[in-house]
Amino acid sequence: MTEMAQSTTASRRSAQVVAARLGRRYSAERTFRLLGLAAVVISIGFLGMLLVSIVGKGATAFLQTQVALEINFDPAVIDPQGTRDPAALDTADYQQLIRTAMITRLAPDADRTTRRDLTAMISAGAANQLRSMVVANPALIGTSHAVWLIAKDSVDMVMKGQASRQAGVGGNTLNERQQGWLSDLESSEQIRKAFNTTFFSVGDSRDPELAGIWGAVAGSFFSLLVTLVVSFPLGVAAAVYLEEFAPINRWTDVIEVNINNLAAVPSVVFGLLGLAVFLNVFHLPRSAPLVGGLVLALICLPTIIIAGRAALKSVPPSIRQAAAGLGASPLQIVAHHVLPLAMPGMLTGTILGMARALGETAPLLMIGMVAFIVDIPKGPLDPSAVLPVQVYLWAGSSERAFVEKTSAAILVLLLFLVAMNMVAIVMRKKFERRW
Amino acid sequence: MTASLNAMLPLGTSKVVAKDLNVYYGDKHALHTVDLDIRAGEVTALIGPSGCGKSTFLRCINRMNDLVDGARVTGALTLDGDDIYDRSIDVVQLRARVGMVFQKPNPFPKSIYDNVAYGPRIHGHAKDQTELDEIVMTSLEKAGLLGEVEDRLQESGTSLSGGQQQRLCIARAIAVQPEVILMDEPCSALDPIATAKVEELIDELRENFTIVIVTHSMQQAARVSQRTAFFHLGKLIEVGDTEQIFTNPQQPLTQGYITGRFG
Repeated sequence: MTEMAQSTTASRRSAQVVAARLGRRYSAERTFRLLGLAAVVISIGFLGMLLVSIVGKGATAFLQTQVALEINFDPAVIDPQGTRDPAALDTADYQQLIRTAMITRLAPDADRTTRRDLTAMISAGAANQLRSMVVANPALIGTSHAVWLIAKDSVDMVMKGQASRQAGVGGNTLNERQQGWLSDLESSEQIRKAFNTTFFSVGDSRDPELAGIWGAVAGSFFSLLVTLVVSFPLGVAAAVYLEEFAPINRWTDVIEVNINNLAAVPSVVFGLLGLAVFLNVFHLPRSAPLVGGLVLALICLPTIIIAGRAALKSVPPSIRQAAAGLGASPLQIVAHHVLPLAMPGMLTGTILGMARALGETAPLLMIGMVAFIVDIPKGPLDPSAVLPVQVYLWAGSSERAFVEKTSAAILVLLLFLVAMNMVAIVMRKKFERRW
Repeated sequence: MTASLNAMLPLGTSKVVAKDLNVYYGDKHALHTVDLDIRAGEVTALIGPSGCGKSTFLRCINRMNDLVDGARVTGALTLDGDDIYDRSIDVVQLRARVGMVFQKPNPFPKSIYDNVAYGPRIHGHAKDQTELDEIVMTSLEKAGLLGEVEDRLQESGTSLSGGQQQRLCIARAIAVQPEVILMDEPCSALDPIATAKVEELIDELRENFTIVIVTHSMQQAARVSQRTAFFHLGKLIEVGDTEQIFTNPQQPLTQGYITGRFG
C-alpha cells in the first residue's frame, strides 16, 4: 500500500504533490491558531472572573461608615478634678460622652435596653477617636462639636448594601428600633461613607470595622526584605560557583539534582524545618518576620539558583573567551563580564521567587505567624502577620463584615505582586544589554 | 616596548617551539606528535581541512584549551624557552604575553574605549588616566581603527560593523602589548573589503608582533604569511616558507590540498 502510494506520488510532478497537501497544511495551521486563541481567551476569562469577583466583594472595604454626633466634651465626665492631667485625660470614660450624645439625638427618654441598643450602633473604636482628640487638644474640654465617629460593622453592612435593609433578615443584625434610628440619621444626613483610612493604618482587630491591613503589609515587607537579603546573595553565589567554577563530577551532579528537587518540595515542609531549626535550636522569636523571611529564603533559593544558572548559561562563551584571551583571571571574567550580562535573568528569577514567597501561607503557619497580632511591627523582630496569612485569618472569621476585608486584603496582595513585577521589568530594562 | 622585546630576538629565531606535542580531548587524540617552530617577527599560517587540529594547536599556545573540559596536553611547548605548560607559568601572565583574536568578532558589550582599556586596566599597564588614554589611542591607531571611531569612543563596541568589530578586537589584543598574537580564522565572518583591511593590518603588525594565523583561505595564507604549516587529521604534514609550500610542496597530501583536490 505504502509502496504503491510512493510510486504514484513519485510519478506526479512535485508542484502537484505540494498542492495536494496544501489545504491540509493550512487547515492544520488555522486549527492550531484557533486553539491558541481559545486558550488565551479562556485564561483571560477566568482571570476576569477572579478580578470581578474580588473587586466586587472587596471594593466596599475601602469605604467606612461614619455617624456625625454632636459631642459635648463635658468637663464633669472627662476631667472632674479639673487638673488637665494627661493620665486622667487618657483614662476618662469617653464611651459616656458618646452614649449621652446618642441619647440626646435619638432617644431622649431611653431606658436601659434602649441605651444598650443605641451604643451598639457605634464602634468601640469611637471612644479612642475622642480620646486622641482630647489628648491632642485639651482645649476641647467644655466645648461642643459635631464629630464623625466610626459606626459598628452591623450598621456598616447595611449602609454598604451588603446586608438587607430589613431588620433581622439577610445578614442584617440590627433590630427594628436600631433600623429606625439608622433611617432617622440618614434622613438628617448624619451618616456617611468616607474613605477608610483605618483599613490602611492599623493592624488586625476583632471588630471588623476597626481591622486594618497595615500590620500585615508591614509584616510582609519585613519578611520579604529578610528573604531578599538572605536569598539573593546566597543564590547568586551558589549559581556562579556551580556554573563557572565547580568541577563536573558526581558530587556536583548530586547537588544539581537536589537543587532541582528542592524547588519542588512542598513549602509546608520548609515551614517545619524552620520550626525545628530557627525556633527550637536557635530560639529566634516566634511569629517574627525574621524567621518568616529566613524560611521564605529557603523556599526561594532553588528558584534563584536555577534561574541564575540559566542566565549564566545564556551568556555567550565568546565573551568568556575574549576576556580569558586578554589574561583576565576566572574571577575577573565572571565579575567583569559574565555576571553583569547575566544580571537581568538573575533579577527576574529572584523576583519570581520573591513573588512566590509573598504568597506563601503554609510555612508561615508552622512558625506561628498565624497569631492574632494587633500591633504594627516596627522591625523584623516584632511579631506580625503577613498578607496571605491575614487573608487566611479573615476568610475564616464568622462576621459578615470580614468577607469584604478578605477580598480587600487579596486586592492589596495582588497590588503588591504587580508592583514587584513592575520593579522586575524596570530593572530588566535597565540592566539589559545587547551583544 | 613590545618592539624592543622582539628586537632582542633576531628575525627568524624561534619564538614558540613545539616538540612532540600531543593533545587529547577525552579519548579523542586531536593532535599527534607535532614538532613546529614559530619564528619571531613573522606571520605563520596554519592551514588544513576542518578538524585537522590547526585551531587546537593555536589554542595550546595561550592555553585556551584549559577552558575545555577533558583537554590534556603532553610533550613540550615553549615560549622564549619557557615551558608554557610548566607549573611555574601563570596562565594569566601567559595570556598577557600571547594575545588572541577569535573567529567571530567578540567585543565586550561595553564602550569602544572600555573594550580597548580593559586589558591594560586588569594588568595595571597604565599608571594614570592620561597614560591609559594614550594606550587606547595608540592601540586603535595601530589597528587602523582610530580614524573611524575617534569621535565616538563612548559608543558601544557592538554598534560597529563586523569588520570594525574585528579590528577593535585586534586593538584590544594589542593594548596588552603581547609578544605573540594568535588569530583563529579572523576573517571568516567578514566581507571581502573588511577582510582586505584586516589582512593589510596583519602585514603591518608583523613589525612588532609574532603572529600565528589559522585560516581556511589558502589565498589568505599566501597573501599574509611568510611561513605556512599544513595540518591533516591531527598531524603536521609539512611546514615551510609560504612560497615554497604553495609552489613546490614536498608532500603529496599538501599538494592535494592546495590544488583543491580535497578540503
